[in-house]
Order: sequence, then C-alpha cells, then structure tokens
Amino acid sequence: MWAFGRVSGFISLALFTASVLLGILNRSGRPLMVLPRFSISLLHRNIALLATVFLGLHVGSLLLDSFAKLKPVDVVVPFLGSFQPFWQGLGTVALDLVLAVVVTGLLRHRIGQRTFKAVHWLTYGVWPVAMAHALGNGTDVSSGWFLLLAAASAVALAAALLWRLSPTFLETSAARQGNHP
Amino acid sequence: MTAILHIDWTSCDGRGLCTELLPGVLDRDDWGYPVARGKSGRERTDIPLRDADREAAQEAVSLCPKLALSLQERMEPARESRKPGR
Repeated sequence: MWAFGRVSGFISLALFTASVLLGILNRSGRPLMVLPRFSISLLHRNIALLATVFLGLHVGSLLLDSFAKLKPVDVVVPFLGSFQPFWQGLGTVALDLVLAVVVTGLLRHRIGQRTFKAVHWLTYGVWPVAMAHALGNGTDVSSGWFLLLAAASAVALAAALLWRLSPTFLETSAARQGNHP
Repeated sequence: MTAILHIDWTSCDGRGLCTELLPGVLDRDDWGYPVARGKSGRERTDIPLRDADREAAQEAVSLCPKLALSLQERMEPARESRKPGR
C-alpha cells in the first residue's frame, strides 16, 4: 500500500501536468500537429479525469496504509495530519480544489460558462500546491528521477504560462491586432 | 423537423472547434469565427442542418469551449430558400 500510494501520487501529478499543458495549448486555439482542436479538448478532459482517478487511488491506498497514519478527516480537512501536517495538508487542499474543478467541469452545461470558468481558474493554484505537497511530503524527493520529473514539469508549465501571457498567444492574434494582409 | 444550429455571438470567441467538427457547414474567417457556408442573413446565426450533420453538430455543442452553440428543432418543414419568380 505504501509503495502504491507513492507511485499513484506521482502518476497523478504527471497526468495533471499534462492536462494543464493541453488546456493552455487548447486555449490558444491551435491544433497540435496531427491532433485537431476538439481532440485536444477531449484529451485535456480525459487526462484530467484519469489523473483524478489516480488521485483517488493515491489517497485511498494511503488511507488504508498503517505507515501513513491518515485519518478519514484528513481527506477533507487540511492541516490536521499526524505526519508533517503542513505538507500533507497541502495535498488535502489540492484534492478539495481538484474535486471542485472536476465537478464544475462535468456540469459545465448546467452551471453556465461564468461559474465554470471562475472555478476552472483554480487549476493554476492547484498545480503549485500539489507540487509543493509532493516535494515537501514525499519520501522520494532525494531520488534523481523524481527531481527530474518535477523540474521538467515546472519548466514546461512556466514556459506555457509565459507563452499564454505573450501577445502572440492566440492563433488569430495577428488578424485580431489588425495586421491582416 | 429541421435541426437548427444557433450561434450565440456574444459568447463566441472563434476558437475553431466547431469549424473542425462541421467542415461542410462552417467555414472559418480570418479572425477565427465560424461562417456558415453558402448562407446569408439570419441563417448565419440560426443555421439549418442536414440530418447527416446533426450528430457532429451535437458534438460541437457539447465541446464548444465558450458554450456558444445550441441545437434547436424547428417544427415547420424547411422553407424554400428561393421561391420561383423571385
């Protein structure tokens, strides 16, 4: 359970990183090589859902693990844990926010674009919180491959974010800025 | 029953997903916005669909990132676009 809990946490984090990257790419309106825009949209959603499944496995397996000493209340209420309550609490915060994002994402057509979008912005907060939880609470931080994964994810997301903030982010930005041939 | 694809222009941001899913119905202008092929006036906002396009239109409605599309059913038979003598 201990090993499974750790591995599922890493997989979940890596999948969430991929989903956030695809979400940013899709926001620009560009297709990705052979992938059309609607496929990116579906991939973004399905990878996020898969990441949520692994997040459920991560929390569920550690809940059953005797070494992690998780109490059911730690799943919902942050900062009450017995082992490193702050870093573990960040994981709880991320879980709660992810659930909010997933539920509003699935109910997008019912709750409307404004509410969906407001909650969806939370993902930019979830990712650093989840990464901090992995770095602060994880017991594999000293291993090279984990640091490599974390660094690559952080660099990729930072680059995507800078790109998003740049004036040429939108596929149609040239035309929309009036530089039309 | 004719299916009508309605575009809410106040929501549309020209992200281009619908033009990929309905290439025979929608063209894309230089700003990214969907333009109904061969239609003019009101039929650019309420686009009558052939039955073959209905499923793809449903996909476009559910995938539109801005929730700008909706499918409506019109009860009366499709109007002739051009009446004889006009």
